[in-house]
Amino acid sequence: MTGFRPSLRARPSDEPRLAPRSFDLLCLTMAFVVGVHAPHLPWWLTAGLAVVLVARWQQRRRGGRHPPVWIKVPLIGLLLALIVSTYGTLFGREPGSAFAVGLLVLKLMESERLRDARVGVAFAAFALMSALLFDQSIVATLIVALGIVPAVMTLRSVEEVEPARMRLRVEVMPVLLALVVSIPLALFAFLFIPRLSSPLWGAPTIDRATTGLSDRMAPGDMAEVLTDDTPAMRVSFDGPVPIASSRYFRAFTMTRFDGQAWSPGFLRRDDSVLEGSARFHYRVTLEPTRERVLPMLDMPVTAPTDASMRSDRTALANQRLDKTYTYDATATGEYRLDATLDPQTRRANLQLPANVGPRARAQAAAWVAQFGGNPTAIAQAALAMFHDGGFRYTLAAAPLGRDRIDDFLFGTREGYCEHYSSTFTFLMRAAGIPARVVTGYQGGYWNALGHYLLIRRADAHAWTELWLEGRGWVRFDPTGAVRPERVTLGAAAAAAVGDGGDSFFNAAWWRSARDRWDVVNQWWNQAVNGFDSLRQQGLLQPFGIRRAEVGDLAIVLAIGCSLLVVVALGWALFQRREGDELDVWMRRLQRKLEKAGVTRRAGEGPKHFMARAARALPDHRNALERLSEVYSRSRYANDEPPPESVSEFSRAVKELRPRRVVK
Amino acid sequence: MPDAVQRLTAWAERRLPSLTRMRQREPMPIVLHRRRIYIVPTGFGLGFTVLLAVMLIGALNYANNAALLLTCLVGSVSAGSMLVAFRVLNGITVGGLRMGTARAGENVRVFLDIGASQRERMAVRLDVDGREHVVVVPAGGAATVEFDLPTEFRGWLPLPRMRLHSRWPLGMFRVWSWLNPDRAVLVYPRPEGMGPTPFEPQGDADRGRPRPGDELASLREYRAGDPRRLIAWKLSARHHSLLVKDLEQPAPQEDWRLDWDSMHGLDDESRISRLARWVDEARESGRRWSLRLPDGYFDVAQGDEHYHRCMTALALRP
Repeated sequence: MTGFRPSLRARPSDEPRLAPRSFDLLCLTMAFVVGVHAPHLPWWLTAGLAVVLVARWQQRRRGGRHPPVWIKVPLIGLLLALIVSTYGTLFGREPGSAFAVGLLVLKLMESERLRDARVGVAFAAFALMSALLFDQSIVATLIVALGIVPAVMTLRSVEEVEPARMRLRVEVMPVLLALVVSIPLALFAFLFIPRLSSPLWGAPTIDRATTGLSDRMAPGDMAEVLTDDTPAMRVSFDGPVPIASSRYFRAFTMTRFDGQAWSPGFLRRDDSVLEGSARFHYRVTLEPTRERVLPMLDMPVTAPTDASMRSDRTALANQRLDKTYTYDATATGEYRLDATLDPQTRRANLQLPANVGPRARAQAAAWVAQFGGNPTAIAQAALAMFHDGGFRYTLAAAPLGRDRIDDFLFGTREGYCEHYSSTFTFLMRAAGIPARVVTGYQGGYWNALGHYLLIRRADAHAWTELWLEGRGWVRFDPTGAVRPERVTLGAAAAAAVGDGGDSFFNAAWWRSARDRWDVVNQWWNQAVNGFDSLRQQGLLQPFGIRRAEVGDLAIVLAIGCSLLVVVALGWALFQRREGDELDVWMRRLQRKLEKAGVTRRAGEGPKHFMARAARALPDHRNALERLSEVYSRSRYANDEPPPESVSEFSRAVKELRPRRVVK
Repeated sequence: MPDAVQRLTAWAERRLPSLTRMRQREPMPIVLHRRRIYIVPTGFGLGFTVLLAVMLIGALNYANNAALLLTCLVGSVSAGSMLVAFRVLNGITVGGLRMGTARAGENVRVFLDIGASQRERMAVRLDVDGREHVVVVPAGGAATVEFDLPTEFRGWLPLPRMRLHSRWPLGMFRVWSWLNPDRAVLVYPRPEGMGPTPFEPQGDADRGRPRPGDELASLREYRAGDPRRLIAWKLSARHHSLLVKDLEQPAPQEDWRLDWDSMHGLDDESRISRLARWVDEARESGRRWSLRLPDGYFDVAQGDEHYHRCMTALALRP
C-alpha cells in the first residue's frame, strides 16, 4: 500500500529491485544494530550473524538473488533452537533482543525490493532502541543514536532517483542536519511526555547483582570489587563537607560470624537512640545496585524519604534500586548511638563460633588480664599490634587456611580491610567487648569541577564498631592502623604506595580528563536517566504549578509542539520572492492596478501593460506613462537597477491611487 | 475495493475537486503553492507511526529515559520529513510544453518542463496515463519529462490529467498535486492505407521522361554518334578513353491540385483521410501541391510549413 490513490487506476504491480547502493546502506544499518547489541549477545551469536550479514552482502554484490527457502527456513530454526537452548526461553529482555537481532539479519537474506528495505529499517529502529534497555549510559546512547544515520540514509536512498549519483558527503550531511534540527522537538517531547508512575507490565528481570557490596563478607572476597573503577555513587554536599578521613558511608552491619563469613544476623525491633544534631546535608545519586540498601554517611540522623531506618542505623529503600536513584540525607559527626545496650543485642554482638581462633582468644584474654577490662585500652592494643606486628596491606592477599582468624593473625599477616576488620572484631568480642563489622564505602574522590564526591566500587570498605560503655557504638578502622593511606587515598592507591610511585594513571592531565568525563556522566545521570515522574511534576514549578498533573503536561506538550510546528511550517512555507527591489515594487503596482481592474496578462511586457493601463485609467495616464518610462530606464539602461531610480519608481507607485473603473 | 471506500472516494472527488483528479483545467505555467499541495502519510508512514508508539510505550514502561529520548528523536525526524516533503513540491513550476506531431492512431511525444527556482527538488514523480516518470529538478533550472500519449482520433487531444507527487525524503509521506493543464495536442488525420493517385491533367507524351537539358547528370564512355560538344575533354585527358558528359534534366513534376470536391461518392472522413494520404505522398515525392477545402484554399506550394498548414486544416475539419 502506498497511500491515498484517488484514481481508480491499478498501481504498478511490481516494485523495482533494490539498488546496490540502497542495499549496502541497509547492510550497514543491520551491522550497526548487531554492533550495539554485541556487548550482551553471546559471542558466537554475534560472530554468526556477522558472517551471515557479510556473506549475504557479498552474494548480492555479485548479483545473486535472494537465497532459496531451503536455506532460510533451517537458519531461522537454528536461530530459535540456539536461543532457546542458551537462555531457556524466548521471552524476556536478553533472549528477546537476541531473537530480534537474529531475525533482522535473516530478514536481510530476503531483502530484494523497496518494501523489504523499509520494513528492515523500521525494525532496525526498534532493535536500536532495545539496545538501550541494557545500557543507558551517555556513550551507549550516543552510539545508538548514531545508528539512526545509516537507517535514515537507507530510507532516503530508496527514494533517490539515481542512487549511484549519491556521494557520501551529499548523503550524510542532510541526514545529520535533519537530526540536529529535530533535537528541539525531541527534547520538548522528552520533557513533557507524561511518565508512567508504575509500569504497565513487568519490569525487566535482572538477576545478577551489580553492587560492589553484599550482605555477606568473608575475608578475601572483596578483592575484585576493590579494583573495580566503576562509579558506585556521587555525593554532593549542601553545606560543610566532611574531611577525607571521616567519609565513611555505612551500608550493612554484620553481627553473625560462622567462622568463615560475616552476615547481618539479629536486629532489634525498636529503633536505636541517636544523640547528636544534623551537621551534614547531602544528596546521593546512587547507580543501580539491584538491591535495597542505601549507603548513608556515618552517622545518619533520619532515613531518606521512601526508605526506612533499621535499628543498626542502616537504611533500606522501599523498593529495589533498578535504576539510578537519588536521595537526600542528613548526618551528624558528633553522636552517641545506643548509650544503653539491651542484653539480647549485647549477646548477639558477643557471639563467636566455637573452635575458631583459639590463639586469638588467648591473645584477647591476655589483653583483658593486662588492661583490666578497659575496652579502649584493649582496642588500642589490638590496633598497635596491627600497626607494629609486621602486618602488610595488599589487595593480593595470600589465601587463608581453615581457621581464618588464627591463620591471618599469626600466619600470613597480609590482607586488606576485610581481613583486618574481621579479625579485629573477633578479637574484641573475644575480649568481651560488643563489636560488629560494618561494610560500606570509605573515602571517595572529590571532583572539584563538579563539587561532588565520586565514590567508586573500589572504595568499598569494611570496618568495625565497638560498643563502649557510656559512648555507645564507636567506629574503629583497623585497616587505618596498618595503612593510613587507605583511609585518605583509597584502596588501590594504598596498595600501590611503596610498590613504585606515580603511575601513568595518576598523571595530572589524566585525572583532570577523568574529572571532566565524570562530570558529564553525572550530568547525564541526573538530567536524563534520573528524570522521573517526580521530577517531571516539578517541571512547571517556575510557572506556579506546584505539582503538574498528566493533563497539565499534555496541554504544555500540545502547545509546545504546536509552536515548534508553526516555526517549522514557517520555514517550509517561506519562499524567497524572485527578483530584486524593482520587481517587488512592480508587483505592488500590479496589485494596485489589478484592484482597479487592469490585470497583467501572462507574457505581457511591462511597457504594453502600462500603456494598456493608461488607456483604461485615463485619470492616471500621466503617472502611468511616467512609471513606464522610469521602469524601462531602471530595468534596461543598466545591468543592475540604480537605487535612485528604484526609489523614484517606488515613490511613484506609492503615490498612485487608482480608483476602480466602472465598466 | 469495498463499496464504502469507493463511495467515500467518489464523495471526496465531488467535494474536493482540487484534491483529486477532478481539478478544473487551468492555463499552463502552473505554479504549485501551498493551497494545492496535499500531504498524507503513506502506508509505510502509518506503519512506522505504530512502531514509534510501541517504542514509546516500551520506553515509558521500563522508565528508560535514554530509549525515550531516542524514540522522540526518531519521531521528530520522521515528523520533520513531512515538511521536507512539502518543500519538494512547493514552488515548482510546470510549464514549457512541447510536442511532436502524430497521426491518429500513433503515439504523440510530449515534452513537459518541470522547473524550480531555488532549491533542487529530489525524486519528483509525474504520473501520466498510468506510467510514472521520475526526475530530479535542478535548482534554478528545469527537468524535462518525456512521455508518449496514445491517440485515436484526429483533432485536438486534450492533455490528460497528471499527478505530480513525491515521497522524498523518507517515504513516510506522500505529497501530491493534480495538474490539469488547458492545453491540447493536435492530432493529424489518419491517412488511408491505399487508394488512387489524384487526377492529373495529361500533357505531352514524354512528360516525366528524361530529356536533354544543361545540367550535368553523369559521365559515360564515348559511344559512336555522340556530339563533340558533349565530350569532357579535360577529364578524358586523365583517362584512357573519351568521356562524354551526359546532360539530363528530369521532367518537372506536375503540381497536384488536391480538391475536396473532386472526390465523388465518399463521406467526409474518407475524403479527409484520402486527402491526408495525398498530402503525405506529395511531400514525400517532393512535388508541389495545392489543397482546396470547402471552407479554404491553400495555394500551390511545398515545404514543411505548407504541409502542417494543410494537415491542421484537415485535422480540424468538423
